Amino acid sequence: MRLHDIAHGRTGDKGDISNISVIAYDPANWDTLRDLLTSDRVAAHFGTFPAANVTRYELPQLHALNFVIQGALTGGVTRSLALDAHGKCLASVLLDMELPGVA
Amino acid sequence: MMVRIGAGAGFQGDRIDPAIDLAERGALDYLVFECLGERTIALAQQARIEDPAGGYDPLLDRRMRAVLPACRRNGTRIITNMGAANPVAAARKTRAIAQELGITGLRVAAVTGDDVLDRIGTYVLDETGATAAALGSRLVSANAYTGIGGVVAALDAGADVVICGRASDPTLFLAPLVHEFGWAHDDWTRLGRGTLIGHLLECAAQVTGGYFADPGVKDVPDLAQVGYPLAEVSEDGSAVITKLPGTGGQVTRATCIEQLLYEIHDPARYLQPDVVADFSGVQFDQIGPDRVAVSGAGGAAATGLLKVSVGYRDGWLGEGQISYAGANCVARGQMAIDLVRARLAPLADRIDDSRAELIGVNSVWTGGAGGAQSPEVRMRYAARCHDIDTARRIGEEVEGLYLTGPAGGGGATKHLREVLAIASTLVPARDVPTTFQMEEVQDEIA
Repeated sequence: MRLHDIAHGRTGDKGDISNISVIAYDPANWDTLRDLLTSDRVAAHFGTFPAANVTRYELPQLHALNFVIQGALTGGVTRSLALDAHGKCLASVLLDMELPGVA
Repeated sequence: MMVRIGAGAGFQGDRIDPAIDLAERGALDYLVFECLGERTIALAQQARIEDPAGGYDPLLDRRMRAVLPACRRNGTRIITNMGAANPVAAARKTRAIAQELGITGLRVAAVTGDDVLDRIGTYVLDETGATAAALGSRLVSANAYTGIGGVVAALDAGADVVICGRASDPTLFLAPLVHEFGWAHDDWTRLGRGTLIGHLLECAAQVTGGYFADPGVKDVPDLAQVGYPLAEVSEDGSAVITKLPGTGGQVTRATCIEQLLYEIHDPARYLQPDVVADFSGVQFDQIGPDRVAVSGAGGAAATGLLKVSVGYRDGWLGEGQISYAGANCVARGQMAIDLVRARLAPLADRIDDSRAELIGVNSVWTGGAGGAQSPEVRMRYAARCHDIDTARRIGEEVEGLYLTGPAGGGGATKHLREVLAIASTLVPARDVPTTFQMEEVQDEIA
């Protein structure tokens, strides 16, 4: 199962920090989300920053996680050479993750 | 008592038609235009250096002409940060537009005080690790994210239109709520709740179905005619987020949750000039179609520090792009990158940073697997350089691939601009007082 099948999300940016929300559509999938979507897995999926750069916040009443990633935007929107300097695309990239062991 | 407050823009280039609709049909007490991005004010400061009467939002003229008549007719007050680097000039321009439109008695306030360029020299910048003064002549602007003070004072004095420069975005919405309800400056819970309302509204359509649609998965009705949001706010800071009947888009728990976390770090500590807002316990209830009740925000005492954005010139950015398609296009695109890199090698000591990629393969997800095959790719080469001449060479070398590159390169484009970078620091709020001055449209003398 892909993360995209059970969750939606949005990317925001401040300076060189990206934050990505991941929200379960169905409360029944909240525990799966919370257990599987670790900072390590998020960092491994992107492959461009270490897990130590990732802080995860939980909002259980909204079935939502918020990942805050330092140094994710190659210097931030004003200096970055990236095409998507804001990192607007990153939430969708994360939702492409294959969830391990979930049928 | 209830206050109706709407969002007329969420960034400088936002669509104007939905704002006109809100002005005409929204029965709003306030219409707020948030138009000032992180870097926009530095660009505006450069414009003001070239023209002392400029430096405010280039779309101010169109926006004011579009909504002033309806706002005046309906008793809707306007609050905006379209003043950018020159709120006073923006207020005078607004007054002139009102005069031209035959609107009399309009009071337009310019809120100033966010510009701290004269005081910033000794502060150390987070990104550079050095003082602002160390930037020398490269230093362009320094603006503090100010709080509600100046805007509330202007509203208390009867302003119909309030124009400021850099202010924290939610502040534009919190200020009129404090003015209307008389919330105390240390009523952290209500200030936190008002901040939440501002945060949900400040990006306009991002809470009504924009930046949300995912076809077949998260469908949004009639996104083409998406309406902008409004909040019905009660004295205790609870609110309903909604939009006008007949507009496209949607207001649902899902759109609200996505916007709640947009640009938020620790949800329990959202640092604002007037409060540290706590969004960790926020609840959304769908109480009707396109109606979501918001509750559960809290707050704590403000830190006493304001974030300051410091704009500085940071060299020149040169860029070029060229397309390859069909058989073996990924390999030809990669060959194009290698050729440009080799040809730029003699300029290495004048290039700070460079980046090359194939759009369609690895331009966004640089750490992904990419693909060996693709129907088409667009090669992109970008570099930040010490000087304009070096930066110009980037696009020229990409364009040169037409005749000296791989087979079948087409549609080359090049781009050149000065880099205006933003660094940040913190200054004590007590050192950044805001104030206002009023421009009034007099009745015409017959």
